[in-house]
Amino acid sequence: MSPSTHSIMGEPTEAGRFGEFGGRFVPETLIPACQELEAAFREAWADPIFRGDLDAVLREYAGRPSILTECRQLGAQLGLRLVLKREDLNHTGSHKINNVLGQALLAKRMGKKRLVAETGAGQHGVASATAAALLGLECKVYMGAVDVERQALNVFRMKLLGAEVEAVHSGSRTLKDAVNEAMRDWVATVESTHYCLGSVMGPHPYPWMVREFHRVIGTEARAQCLDAYGADPDVVVACVGGGSNAIGIFSGFVDTSARLVGVEPAGGAAVGRGHPGVVHGMRSYLMQDEYGQVQEAHSISAGLDYPGVGPEHSYLASIGRAEYPTVTDAEVVDAFQLLARTEGIIPALECAHALAWIAREAATMQGQTVLMNLSGRGDKDVGQMMEVLGS
Amino acid sequence: MTNPDLEGHLRSRRDTGHKLLVPYVTGGVNGWLDAVRAAVASGADAIEIGIPFSDPVMDGPVIQQASQLALDGGATPVSILHEVREVDVGVPLVVMCYYNTVHHAGHARFASQLRDAGISGAIVPDLPLEESGEWCAAADDASVATVMLAAPTAPDDRLPRVCARARGFVYSVGLLGVTGERDSLAATATRLAGRLKAVTDRPVVVGVGVSNASQAVEACRVADGVVQGASVVRRLLEGGPDAVAEYVSEVRRALDSEFVTSVS
Ligand SMILES: Cc1ncc(COP(=O)(O)O)c(C=O)c1O
Repeated sequence: MSPSTHSIMGEPTEAGRFGEFGGRFVPETLIPACQELEAAFREAWADPIFRGDLDAVLREYAGRPSILTECRQLGAQLGLRLVLKREDLNHTGSHKINNVLGQALLAKRMGKKRLVAETGAGQHGVASATAAALLGLECKVYMGAVDVERQALNVFRMKLLGAEVEAVHSGSRTLKDAVNEAMRDWVATVESTHYCLGSVMGPHPYPWMVREFHRVIGTEARAQCLDAYGADPDVVVACVGGGSNAIGIFSGFVDTSARLVGVEPAGGAAVGRGHPGVVHGMRSYLMQDEYGQVQEAHSISAGLDYPGVGPEHSYLASIGRAEYPTVTDAEVVDAFQLLARTEGIIPALECAHALAWIAREAATMQGQTVLMNLSGRGDKDVGQMMEVLGS
Repeated sequence: MTNPDLEGHLRSRRDTGHKLLVPYVTGGVNGWLDAVRAAVASGADAIEIGIPFSDPVMDGPVIQQASQLALDGGATPVSILHEVREVDVGVPLVVMCYYNTVHHAGHARFASQLRDAGISGAIVPDLPLEESGEWCAAADDASVATVMLAAPTAPDDRLPRVCARARGFVYSVGLLGVTGERDSLAATATRLAGRLKAVTDRPVVVGVGVSNASQAVEACRVADGVVQGASVVRRLLEGGPDAVAEYVSEVRRALDSEFVTSVS
């Protein structure tokens, strides 16, 4: 049974609330599917066989556990101990695979034949296409037309993996509109299709379920930090689009005294500039105009180009447990190059946001241990950066 | 000011054997007020007015396009509710709006804005039964009827609860999917309407995917009426209010010639 109130990073309430955030604001058509998914997840998550199957595929297919890498050069330069959680080394190149393998196994268990997914940077789309190929499911991915262009490499990868990719031309033609289109698809196909949502957002149970599938990041990192340094980090930093990689790593440290920092793009600062609103099935901070029309986000990073944020982040912000600063596109471009040159690691533009914040604020964290979630690798962004940097 | 009583109005017409015709017009697009007048003059029993939203997840391409045109033209919930005061058509007006429009304005404030604009009811397609309490209470207080949607996926035990919370009429969702014209009426349309008729005495009106006069007739063999959405909006975008008038008249004639109204 669900609790009527929730503990921090525990289960949300029966109504899917984290404090005043979350909920299940979807058309009536989708209510039975959300209820069925909640029941199926609850049952699977308590089943050692399901957990064993998921652990096995994470280990033998995705390559978990991911390692920690200490950045000695850059750390010395910044005056702190910088430690990366290497989600970029997972199969398909980002943290997204943790959630997707969980959902795809669950979809199979529920007898679904088809996955539908939205994608921004294409990493969640690639992960979904990959899991669908592995498990013999059909897969359709919706992607904003702007993102299809700036993440062309990932579009081709999805097609190679056998997925159908549909460019979305409505609205801002980015992630927000891809979510709309995926939801429209799901409304029409709900009986045979599982909506494989790519972040800790959407209607209950998604924010909770997706967080549980990413909890592995934080659990591993906590043990790895203790092992390597004999202590918890002072600061834990991650980028925030919908917030899945951030919630994953935060979950391992929420009960420590570590500062939790979720970095948003200046042009997509749902927590920083938003007000509570309701879109995509959830009540959460949302960038909107004076009449409640959702505003378009603008970010160099397709994966963070989103005007909302997962409801649990809104909750963590509202109680002051986590902070959500922003960085500019220019700072991100610098950070992208900085990690490449000092450490030989090309980060995804998304997590370059986290590094940009660390680089900017380093003076306030001298001598501290800063754990950053390196949520993905930058190969997908190289084409875009060639244009930005004039090769 | 008291606005027309949505449920009373529809029930009294329904009870004579008359089938209910509810055209949908997107507020704020060119000619929308004239389209509302034309639809009523052509035999509409109530009008559904869409308040455009940036992210209309229950709408297909035609209504999405109309919403975008309206927003690009500067339409806001406030401007639409202001303009609608000009129309005095003698049938109830119902708004269709996404929940963030309500949430952002505030429940009580939005409900009184609707009442003050002469609106009799509201349809909020992304507000399911479990989340509807606060809005429904505010709407009840302002005498605005909250029309609840019932979906083909609903299990039997859910339908009576949806119908119990509905005011005005029950919106029987015609298919699994979003608004838009289809070649044929989905089998789910009459099946769900039948399930609803078995559990409620409120008018049951089928909407989403009822695309022309013959599909309207087919749906009304079981249901009390139909909403005509994308088929009306497409004509408004392509041919203006005159095209709406012509189409609504055609559907009205088809319904009236098929279903004989008893003299009461
Ligand atoms: C590498 C990477 N990091 C982060 C994100 C943002 O998602 P989230 O905030 O859910 O972690 C994305 C999304 O595409 C991504 O590809």
